[in-house]
Amino acid sequence: MTEKSLTARGLRLLRQLTGLLLTLAITLLGLMVVTFTISRVVPIDPVLSIVGERATTAQYEAVRLDLGLDEPLWKQFGIYVGDVAQGDLGRSIRTKLPVADEIVRFFPATLELATLATLFGVIVGVPSGVLAATRPGTWVDQVVRVVGLMGYSMPVFWLGLMGLLLFYGVLDWVGGPGQLDAGYQMMLEFEVTRYTGMILIDTALAGEWAMFTNALSHIVLPAGVLGYTSMAYISRMTRSFMMNELGQEYITTARVKGMPERRVIWVHALKNVLVPLITVIALSYAYLLEGSVLTETIFAWPGLGSYITDALFAADMPAVLGGTLVVGSVFVALNMLSDVLYRLVDPRAK
Amino acid sequence: MMGQMMTWLRDPNPASRMQARLGQYYLGWLRLRRNPLAVVGLTIVLALLAMAALAPVLATHDPFAQDLGRRLLPPLTPGNWLGTDDFGRDIWTRIVFGARITLYIVALVAITAPVLGLLVGTVAGYFGGVVDLILMRITDIFLAFPRLILALALVSVLGPGIENAVLAIALTAWPPYARVARAETLTVRGADYIAAVRLQGAGSGRIILGHVIPMCLPSVIIRVTLDMAGVILIAAGLGFLGLGVQPPLPEWGLMISSGRKFLFEQWWVATIPGLAIFIVSLGFNLLGDGLRDVLDPRSSGK
Repeated sequence: MTEKSLTARGLRLLRQLTGLLLTLAITLLGLMVVTFTISRVVPIDPVLSIVGERATTAQYEAVRLDLGLDEPLWKQFGIYVGDVAQGDLGRSIRTKLPVADEIVRFFPATLELATLATLFGVIVGVPSGVLAATRPGTWVDQVVRVVGLMGYSMPVFWLGLMGLLLFYGVLDWVGGPGQLDAGYQMMLEFEVTRYTGMILIDTALAGEWAMFTNALSHIVLPAGVLGYTSMAYISRMTRSFMMNELGQEYITTARVKGMPERRVIWVHALKNVLVPLITVIALSYAYLLEGSVLTETIFAWPGLGSYITDALFAADMPAVLGGTLVVGSVFVALNMLSDVLYRLVDPRAK
Repeated sequence: MMGQMMTWLRDPNPASRMQARLGQYYLGWLRLRRNPLAVVGLTIVLALLAMAALAPVLATHDPFAQDLGRRLLPPLTPGNWLGTDDFGRDIWTRIVFGARITLYIVALVAITAPVLGLLVGTVAGYFGGVVDLILMRITDIFLAFPRLILALALVSVLGPGIENAVLAIALTAWPPYARVARAETLTVRGADYIAAVRLQGAGSGRIILGHVIPMCLPSVIIRVTLDMAGVILIAAGLGFLGLGVQPPLPEWGLMISSGRKFLFEQWWVATIPGLAIFIVSLGFNLLGDGLRDVLDPRSSGK
């Protein structure tokens, strides 16, 4: 490759990157327009919910001015964007603590759950998708298809309840709702430093192996329930990518050369399937954020999903909108990330 | 008679546009019929329709009648074959009437969301340029929110209730239709027949409504069938959280949430409505999957 074409390539990459960042900025601004609009049309008086019913008019006015509610709307939006850019999402009405701090505290639990669920989805979903693609129309294919469609069709909160009923209530194989048994929960407060906020990592770092095992028995079920949905998605996409790849000429060439079928599929074809699959996995990770709202409610999991629903019931709008904005931003960021990864891994992508 | 009609439908040289179109539908039906899973899906959807239509006939009790003497009876109890809930209401009856609520929500969303999406998508695709850029950015922003979470935030503004739940779901469901409609519009925008209509002096509104939207309908309709399962799940999720349909209406998600309190002792109260949701949304998924294979041979993978 000549030096000139290298510079051209670098320039193109730079241009793509700025374009991407611009899109990201516009989308995030759009998210803020939506949350801001919601916060202004909601029939809850933000001043009243801070000062309470018994406040004097003077107190009421002071808080109103403090919140900037006397400014014109466009200016209020500007203040809002400025605040968010500085990481200020307002104060929770229930706890009076900054929403941003609370979200930072709740987020790791969701991240941990979603990561385990994605792992489960990939470990089961990719091989089953490959198996289905190599035997189209057979019973293996049908089973994978039906199991996948079942994953799409099951209400995740109901699957969670059924899991609890069977594996906790009847069989007693796993821990119940919550991150730990009640006894360990007390110990957690005093004996484990929360470096990451993720219970498995923190207990492992502290060397509390009994607590670690207990936490593991609690996370298995919610992660499995969440992972089932992403497994359905991943296996379906793997199948379709694989089918596509197996029709390519280089596969025929490899077969004609006498390469063992196993190697053709699991090495040659799979390598090319993995490229689009990265996008799918990143997307399924993003969708898990959504599934986590209902799953966390069922399993009393102290993550972002529980945080948003609890806030919703307490009519704690700053918390609801802050949570919504954060989830939306993570969602956008993951989408972008999958896009960038795709461009980096696949040299054909322009 | 029947045989005659089939030959007419299969005629490779149709005499009229209607015959050609019906013939296409017939061939599609033959292909759909060969897919056993799609037939299962169709049967489930038809059963749901029948259940909703015949609810007063199929029900054995009044869906709201409480009988505290007969609380929490297990399934297969004489008189209440699926058991009773915590107010002594017959679960079978409530499932049957719940089918109406589910269909009501599904139908309302299936009408509103695609219309909104079609309008946005065709206008963006037809005019192009700045209009396209702005409308598609807005679409992307709505797509950027996870649906359930946006619906939750919207319900928090609108307040709980069945109509508000429908509105919230529809407001989160339109962006994919806009995408599909825009893509279709781009392919027909430059077609000669559109240019001909324009030369005849038709305005943009007329061209979009009369000549572009009909071309987008088939792909949008497939999307609707595929989306219905998702709509059912989100509606049930809202009901479960207590933000959708309100008690005492027999909405399936709400019934699960009321059964959650005694999950370990009286398992059937939460289990049975969940099965109903699962079966119905599986039906829509199977049917949508089969329809897509029939109408879009590229994705069948065979």
